[in-house]
Amino acid sequence: MQCIHNGFGLELLKEDLPGPAYAQRFIEEMLSLGVEALLNTMVMDITPNRHLFVSSKAHGYVEIEARAIVLAMGCRERTRSQIRIPGMRPNGVYTAGTAQRWVNVEGYMPSKNVVILGSGDIGMIMARRLTFEGAKVERVLEIQSYLSGLSRNLVQCLQDYNIPLQLNHTVKRIMGKNRVEAVEAVQVDEKWNFIPGTEEIIPCDTLLLSVGLIPENELSRKAGVKLDPITGGPYVDETFQTNVPGIFAAGNVVHVYDLVDWVSEAGFEAGKRAAQYAISLRNAEARYIPLKAGKNVRYVVPHKLDKSTLAQEDIRLQMRVTQPIEQPVWVEVHDGENLVTRKPEKYVRPGEMVTVKLRAKNYADVSKANGLTIDINPR
Amino acid sequence: MAEEVNLICTACPQGCTLTAVIENGEVIEVLGYNCKKGIAYGIEEIKDPRRMVATTVKVKNGFHPLVPVYTDKPVPKPLIPKVLEEVRKVELTAPVKVNTVVLENVLDTGVNVITSRDMPTKA
Repeated sequence: MQCIHNGFGLELLKEDLPGPAYAQRFIEEMLSLGVEALLNTMVMDITPNRHLFVSSKAHGYVEIEARAIVLAMGCRERTRSQIRIPGMRPNGVYTAGTAQRWVNVEGYMPSKNVVILGSGDIGMIMARRLTFEGAKVERVLEIQSYLSGLSRNLVQCLQDYNIPLQLNHTVKRIMGKNRVEAVEAVQVDEKWNFIPGTEEIIPCDTLLLSVGLIPENELSRKAGVKLDPITGGPYVDETFQTNVPGIFAAGNVVHVYDLVDWVSEAGFEAGKRAAQYAISLRNAEARYIPLKAGKNVRYVVPHKLDKSTLAQEDIRLQMRVTQPIEQPVWVEVHDGENLVTRKPEKYVRPGEMVTVKLRAKNYADVSKANGLTIDINPR
Repeated sequence: MAEEVNLICTACPQGCTLTAVIENGEVIEVLGYNCKKGIAYGIEEIKDPRRMVATTVKVKNGFHPLVPVYTDKPVPKPLIPKVLEEVRKVELTAPVKVNTVVLENVLDTGVNVITSRDMPTKA
C-alpha cells in the first residue's frame, strides 16, 4: 500500500498500475470468493505438524489445525546495524521503506537534503518521490560496480531528475551529534576496501539505506523449515513445498523478487499445490533431483524438482547471476554431460532475475538425470 | 549525418538497451528492441518523452491523512513539476473510492489524475 508508484501488473495484467490499485484487484477477488481473513492478527508459532498459535485484539488467542500452510511473510529491509557503518549515531538514518511509509501514507517529510546509500529499487523510487515533495537528493552511492535495482528505475527515478549515481562508492562515516549533518563518502576497490584520498564530505540531514532485503523466516525456523543461506529463504521444490510436508512458501519469503507480478504467480502456484495437499491429491512417490547453481549463477529456485511433475507440465526455474555480463549469453540447463535446454538472453544483470522454463518435452532427458546444473555462458 | 542515442527502455521491467538513430531531428530507426513497445518507446523518448506520475493528495477525515493518486496516462516529462503543483492544491474528504477522478484533463494534457485506492473515514 505504501508503494504508490506505477509499474505493477505490467506482466500479469498487461496494465501499468500503482501498488495500491494492484493490491485492490486481489483484495476484491478474495472477498468475492468468500475467503475468510483475520486482519491485524499475528501468528506467534507454527509446529512441524502444522498447528498454529495465533493472537489478535479482535479474536483473542486462537489455535488452528491446518492441513496445509503457505508461508508468505515477505521480506524486510537490511538496516544500519547489518552493514555496520561507522561514525556517530544521530537521528536521520532510515531505511528507504521507512521513509516511504512516512511520505506516502502518514504524511511526514523526513528530510530536506538526502544521501541514499544503495541502488536498490526502493531507494531509487524514494529519490524521485522525495524530489517530488521538495527535497534535494544529493547523491546515490552504490558499493558494487553495478546497479542493484532495475535499469528502468535508473532512467525514470534518477536520470530524469539529474540525481547523480556513484558506483564503487560507499559511506565511510556518518557525521552529526543529534541530527545527521553530513556523510563522508569514499570510493572502494574491487574488494570493497576504501581508497585513501577519495573521501568526500557531503552535507545532508538524512541518510536513506537501500541496501538489500532479507526474507522474513523467523516463523519458518520454528516450524522446522530448513533455510538456504544464499537466498535466506526455505529450500523448496517445484511446487514451493518446503522440507516440512504440507508447509509451502511463496514470494519474497523464498527469495527476493524484482517484480510483484512474479510474486503473485508464485502465490498462485503455491496456493494451488497447498490446496491439493490439503485434499490429499499430492503424489507421495516423488522422484526428486537437485537443481544446482553453476557458472555465474548465484542460486536457483526451486532447489529441487520432482521429475514426475515435469511429465505433466512445464516448470519455471528462477535464478540470479553472480556477475553482470553485458553481451549475449546462453542460459544452459544440463545434467553434467548433456544439454537439456538452453535459452538466449541479450545480457544478464544481478539486479534482474533470470528465468528459464523446463518443458514437459524435456521430461525424457530429465528422467535420466541425477541432478541438473544451470550455467550462464557468453554466446 | 545520422546521430545515435543510447536509451534504456522503461516500457517494461526488462530494461532493454536501445539505440535511436536520428537524422534531421527525426528518429529513422530504433535498434536493440525485443518487442514492439521498444520501437514506440525509442521514438517517443526522443520526440516527446512521457512518464506516469504518482503522488498523494490530502484527505480530510480519512483513515490516513493522504490518498495516493496517479495519472491515468503518461504526461509529457517537462510538465511533471507543473502537474505536481496542480495536484498539491487538491484536498479531498473521506470516504473516497478507488479510480475517483481528482483532476480532470490536468493542464490540458487530456490526462486525468485518479485515486489508486479506497480511503475509508477515520475509525
